[in-house]
Amino acid sequence: MTALLVSVIASATPLLLAALGALLVEKVAVLNLGVEGMMLVGAIAGFAVAHETGNLPLALAAAIGAGMVMALLFAVLTLTLRANQTATGLALTIFGRGFSALVGAGYVGIAAPTLPRIAIPGLSDLPFVGPILFGHDPLVYVALAMVGAVAWFLYRTHAGLILRAIGDQHDAAHVLGYKVIRIRYLTVLFGGAMAGLAGAYMSLSYTPLWTQDMIAGRGWVALALVTFAAWRPFWLMIGAWLFGGIMYLSLYMQALGVPVPTALLSALPYLGTILVLVLISRDRRRIRLHRPAMLGRPFSAGG
Amino acid sequence: MPPLVELAGITKRFPGCLANDNVSLTIAPRQIHALLGENGAGKSTLVKIISGVLHQDAGQIIWCGTEVTIRDPAHARSLGIGMVFQHFSLFEALTVAENIALGLGTARERVGLRDRIIAVSLSYGLPVDPDRVVHDLSVGERQRIEIVRCLLRNPKLLIMDEPTSVLTPQEAKTLFATLRRLASEGCSILYISHKLDEVRALCDVATIMRQGRVVAHCVPREKTTRELASLMIGRDFLPPASRQASVTGAPRLVVDHLSLAATNPFGTALREVSFSVAGGEILGIAGIAGNGQGELMDALSGEILAPAADTIQLDAIPVGKTGPHGRRRLGGCFVPEERNGHGAVAGMSLAENFFLSGQLRGVLARFGLIRRARTTDFADRVISRFDVRTSGTMAEAKSLSGGNLQKFLVGREMLLDPAVLVVSQPTWGVDASAARAIHQAILALAATGAAIVVISQDLDEIILLADRIAVIAAGRLSDPVPVAEATREQIGLLMGGVASHA
Ligand SMILES: Nc1ncnc2c1ncn2[C@@H]1O[C@H](COP(=O)(O)OP(=O)(O)OP(=O)(O)O)[C@@H](O)[C@H]1O
Ligand SMILES: [Mg+2]
Repeated sequence: MTALLVSVIASATPLLLAALGALLVEKVAVLNLGVEGMMLVGAIAGFAVAHETGNLPLALAAAIGAGMVMALLFAVLTLTLRANQTATGLALTIFGRGFSALVGAGYVGIAAPTLPRIAIPGLSDLPFVGPILFGHDPLVYVALAMVGAVAWFLYRTHAGLILRAIGDQHDAAHVLGYKVIRIRYLTVLFGGAMAGLAGAYMSLSYTPLWTQDMIAGRGWVALALVTFAAWRPFWLMIGAWLFGGIMYLSLYMQALGVPVPTALLSALPYLGTILVLVLISRDRRRIRLHRPAMLGRPFSAGG
Repeated sequence: MPPLVELAGITKRFPGCLANDNVSLTIAPRQIHALLGENGAGKSTLVKIISGVLHQDAGQIIWCGTEVTIRDPAHARSLGIGMVFQHFSLFEALTVAENIALGLGTARERVGLRDRIIAVSLSYGLPVDPDRVVHDLSVGERQRIEIVRCLLRNPKLLIMDEPTSVLTPQEAKTLFATLRRLASEGCSILYISHKLDEVRALCDVATIMRQGRVVAHCVPREKTTRELASLMIGRDFLPPASRQASVTGAPRLVVDHLSLAATNPFGTALREVSFSVAGGEILGIAGIAGNGQGELMDALSGEILAPAADTIQLDAIPVGKTGPHGRRRLGGCFVPEERNGHGAVAGMSLAENFFLSGQLRGVLARFGLIRRARTTDFADRVISRFDVRTSGTMAEAKSLSGGNLQKFLVGREMLLDPAVLVVSQPTWGVDASAARAIHQAILALAATGAAIVVISQDLDEIILLADRIAVIAAGRLSDPVPVAEATREQIGLLMGGVASHA
């Protein structure tokens, strides 16, 4: 049981980080499907810097920076040049895959320092709660803190209100004098930073190795979580935990040798999470209230 | 006193049309200045330039004696220019208080906002509830929010683009009192309206535009309504449409004890609504906005299904549980209140918009493909019959002026030969001559044997069009009475919610 919960929290963390970024980005009504690509580039950037310098804070900064550069690329193409967001996002993922594989070719199968676990003497040794609450690496706590921070920002601050307003009706926001494009840029960059960090978590803590395509679709799961959690941060967290839980279960079943095809077992976390979230988020009015009405639509001033 | 604002030679060109051509006008402090002109004359374009939403191609804006370049709406607001837009600029998913907070620039201005909203709304007679979500509000309520949002910033110039198009006479009266008081407190007002009686009662001076140019300045009190209308259209104004004797056939639309719980916590529940409309008959439904008109429209059009199939019957076929498509197929046509969003897709061309509602009735699709020529042909007919001023069927819906879009959308439904037409606020924002054209088309449609329901806050319109009138208040419908027998006082009382159930 303890092992289950520890593993759930670990595998939920990258999803949570990436999805929180994507949630804010979608709240300003930008649809960036490049999360997977940004995570991959973040993962290799973090891993490479950690390997070369041994300096973990620097590695995390590199991962964040790499995610942001990718996001900036997306922002310039879609917000300034007004390219189609869906196509650009897909291209970003394809590019991130190829680019990370290319840069990562020399790093396959070698080790890098991993994120330390924060062990608190005494507390971490408590039976049951000790390992669950304490003794994770710092990013786990960052992810959890970010859930609260994002929710607080969106629903309690004026900046969050502006962000939601832009997602709801960008023309009205413009008419009221808000800088729609600038605010979208900043939010997209934040999304990139979070995706980069999520990537670093994968390559420096979760499976502390670089392998090609190591994100394995988690970027897509993060995007799906945002939608099925109906753009609400706390439901996002529940969805991420759910995913982690089913992931653990399917690995467990594989280890037990349950006679189910492995392919099906590996697909289980993806299917299960989406199914459960679909079932719990059927309230249409809720979705209508939370869904950014302008999602994916380009904006131009003075039209 | 030096003028508050002076426009000199403002010119603005859109692809395919010159919306403002060398426009000059001057607004004095404390003046209530009317801007008149037929649909598409360029009024909204001009005020959007003043409020920084659009930029002029040529010309100067002189504000309090110095020339300014208004960079963007925030700049305009910091100068003291407040604007209530023709099409609402509110955020549907946010609450009233949040919407108003977004209109206030600095954190200091937002201190104690809830109390100030309530204070301002009370002192100016504009009741708003800060905690409701805008999505659930009627147009009248939405407009109050926009006005309160402007007032909280103490503007020097308040621009109102057709504020009363959707207000009841009482609401309009309150608004005028508010505006007069504002003017006496030192705020100038630029007022756009198609209701010439109001303009004569309210405004000190008027500037009249036609096809982008200023054609006259005058004092509206010294002119008759007829003269003002003639100045606007540049020729003699025809008297209003008149009704022909109506022939009444069998009931075509029957609503039988329709009760509907509110679909959201803030909506109005419909309670035991019953009426029937015969072929050739026009039923007018009057009432103050937000009393269940939207819900009734949704129930009739099939957006919301009735609890039982036979509570609503089209030509004796129970349709209570049939969706909008099924009802259209049976000959129902519906023009909802809010055009942008429900009625039209702003980013699509007129022809495409026509297709969206006309595909079933007008047989515009075959084998799943759009019959392009036929669709364009229909759209063209709407444009010419209702005198829609636009560059053509390929123009995007959002490029039309407010009144012209309205003409297109009402015309679209009428051309589809409906058996039953339900239309809400048919002449919202439409100029006098176009309103006349729409009224005439409605009367002509009735003469062909269609059953028509007109939901409107404009009592004059209902008295002009309807055979029978009923009033909706708090989700209940009074018993329809012949218009000839109804007095204004009686209707006014009913609107206020005094029951008349026999
Ligand atoms: N974004 C745009 N693109 C192209 N043409 C436009 C655009 N906006 C307005 N126009 C055109 O400019 C002209 C003036 O429009 P405007 O909205 O100023 O008219 P209006 O006087 O406000 O009319 P109404 O009384 O119907 O609201 C119209 O012919 C309209 O079609
Ligand atoms: Mg207009």
